Amino acid sequence: MDQKHEDPHVDAATGMPTTGHEWDGIRELNTPLPRWWLGIFYATIVWSIGYWIVYPAWPLLTDATKGVIGYASRADISADLAKLKAQRAAQAAGMTEASPAQIKADPTLFQIAMAQGKAAFGDNCAACHGVGGAGAKGYPNLNDDDWLWGGSLPAIQQTIRHGIRVAGDNDTRVSQMPAFGRDGVLKREEIAAVASHVRELAGLSTEPKADLPLGRKVYADNCAACHGAAGKGNQELGAPNLTDAISLYGMDMASLTETIANSRNGVMPGWAGRLDETTIKALTVYVHSLGGGQ
Amino acid sequence: MSTAEADQDDIPLFAASRKVYPQSVSGPFRRAKWLILVLCLGVYYLLPFLRWDRGPYLPNQAVLADIANNRFYFFFIEIWPQEVYYFTGLLILAAFVLFLMNAVAGRVWCGYLCPQTVWTDLFLSVERFFEGDRRERMRRDAEPWGFDTLWRKVAKHAVWLVIAWWTGGAWVLYFADAPTLVRELATFTAPLSAYVWIAILTFTTYALAGIMREQVCKYMCPWPRIQAALTDDEALNVTYRYDRGEPRVSVKQAAKLKAQGAPAGDCIDCFQCVAVCPTGIDIRDGAQIDCIQCGLCIDACDTVMTKIGRPNRLIAYDTDGNVQRRLAGLAAIYRPVRLRTLVYAALIAVVGGAMLWQLATRSTAGISVLHERAPLFVTLSDGSIRNAYAVRLLNKRPEHRPFALTVSGLPGIRIEAVGIAPSADLRPVVTVDPDSSREVRVLVTVPAGVPLSPSQAITITASDLFAGETVRADDHFIAPESHR
Repeated sequence: MDQKHEDPHVDAATGMPTTGHEWDGIRELNTPLPRWWLGIFYATIVWSIGYWIVYPAWPLLTDATKGVIGYASRADISADLAKLKAQRAAQAAGMTEASPAQIKADPTLFQIAMAQGKAAFGDNCAACHGVGGAGAKGYPNLNDDDWLWGGSLPAIQQTIRHGIRVAGDNDTRVSQMPAFGRDGVLKREEIAAVASHVRELAGLSTEPKADLPLGRKVYADNCAACHGAAGKGNQELGAPNLTDAISLYGMDMASLTETIANSRNGVMPGWAGRLDETTIKALTVYVHSLGGGQ
Repeated sequence: MSTAEADQDDIPLFAASRKVYPQSVSGPFRRAKWLILVLCLGVYYLLPFLRWDRGPYLPNQAVLADIANNRFYFFFIEIWPQEVYYFTGLLILAAFVLFLMNAVAGRVWCGYLCPQTVWTDLFLSVERFFEGDRRERMRRDAEPWGFDTLWRKVAKHAVWLVIAWWTGGAWVLYFADAPTLVRELATFTAPLSAYVWIAILTFTTYALAGIMREQVCKYMCPWPRIQAALTDDEALNVTYRYDRGEPRVSVKQAAKLKAQGAPAGDCIDCFQCVAVCPTGIDIRDGAQIDCIQCGLCIDACDTVMTKIGRPNRLIAYDTDGNVQRRLAGLAAIYRPVRLRTLVYAALIAVVGGAMLWQLATRSTAGISVLHERAPLFVTLSDGSIRNAYAVRLLNKRPEHRPFALTVSGLPGIRIEAVGIAPSADLRPVVTVDPDSSREVRVLVTVPAGVPLSPSQAITITASDLFAGETVRADDHFIAPESHR
């Protein structure tokens, strides 16, 4: 062994200098960081001082240092949002004046309305009506041609603006089918009979033991005023057509019995105050164009 | 670790590169290289300014990669993004052409056509203009720099940078209307990306052609390795005919030896072939990966051979097979047509033919259909079933085209397009703008009473009412499980 390996600060096995730290005879090699790495490391520290000066950096008690160029990411977002709004306003300028029918007739406006309507529908309507307006039991499918309150552009716009059964809105859509069972208007067998008759009206099969004559009589006395003698419904009153292939709550005996006994009172919020008129127009055109518009 | 091992660790992994000082040379290969250089650079710098009339709706630049509008224009060809396989075909074709060139005459690409070679040649001539020829440059670099060397070097790098900048400037012209972009660049109103790309190309050109030069060919380019694996005994390569050149002796010595009846080669070991070589190799060491086969050593050797009154082409395009044959006392045979070249030529014909056929018969219309998923189907009040589809129609012609939509596959099936009035025969007619596509929401309805399985095939067809071109797409019609 030569002299330098006797030095406690040099490791005998590798000839590397050590840090002088020793644990149970194991010494820590001193492997310095590469110079280029250290150089960059120090450079970043110097750089950070410039950063502190130029950008917001140091938290103070109630605030933070602002930095000499006055940068703020929040201001950036506001500027971006304002820019986006201005851009959209320019695109949708024609829509503020036009009626839904005019929008639908203008290819450019129609395209904008469809894009805007699709986004607004996803944000506000899809929770109940489903993406694409497919609906569910109790939530109307907006793609079909069956409308409770009318499928024309003005009717759809009215429904979106004022909603259904919105308390305190005089223009809202209201229909009030009685809860024939719960309120004691009809007896159990009368409900069963009229449910069978409704199935008969819709062209569906009825049970052999069903009392159809009683059902017809009960229907004429209690239901025909709104749903019509033939069960074709009345959109003015929000009375659904009972004879078509579409039903909101189901046409099986159990669902019908439930409907007649307890009534159904679905609700939809009015959007007049929540969405701006342009968005409502876009939604009107979008829903009208899903396939069932009249 | 022993001291010996530690020392081994200190051996650098890379040999320091030896600076190459190629000497100027004249001769037919040098002239050919100048001609090709002027042609290639001319095409590169001027092509963006060439105009090609495509009517009122399309740009009139002959070669244009219109990234912003997703179009590529090449004279009469217009490529849409989904037709990018033409480029795949071109690349395959280029590879086979490279193989064929290699099998016939070695690295023709590397020696004459490769941008690395062309730009390096250009940069070398600038270097020579300012710093003088090989010996002068070597002397300048060996001495401490005086003012004369300094200004010459500064001037050289300045001119290099200008050429590099111009290279980048021409590059961006392929991606926008060239005259407009030139005006914008001059008035500093061009898009930022144009300046960034010019800067990138300036840097790469300056670094690759000015600083790295032959090292790009030696270390960066994969082609030398591939070429070495592809060549054979019958391929023409820049070859030192050692059958004729060896043993190397001086002119005087050769006369003496010949008088004694001893063998004397034609190579006088003057090292001119080494002096002119742009990659700094000795061709007399035989075929090697570092040789780009530019032929300049042929010119250099011919000059010397002419001076000393010996036949030219001691270094020449020749095959290794012929050298061997001559050594064995046989006649040289040249076989450019052999199995290898025939196969490459056939592959080029097949790929090129397929691409031409594809291009000639390609449709100028297109249709793609996407079934809507929410909802999959809609039951209408009369019990009929309706499905909705997003139909995108493509019009690749520079004119408005009306397409009539029809649907087939089920009894009573009918089609309507949302927002589009049907024509007299109830077919919705969708007009698509020139050179663009249009998506329409299409509703397909099957009347009640038609027996339907949960999914059945249908076909949506779009027919151009004027040109008569018809495109169709197959899709599915979805019905509820319990369809009544």
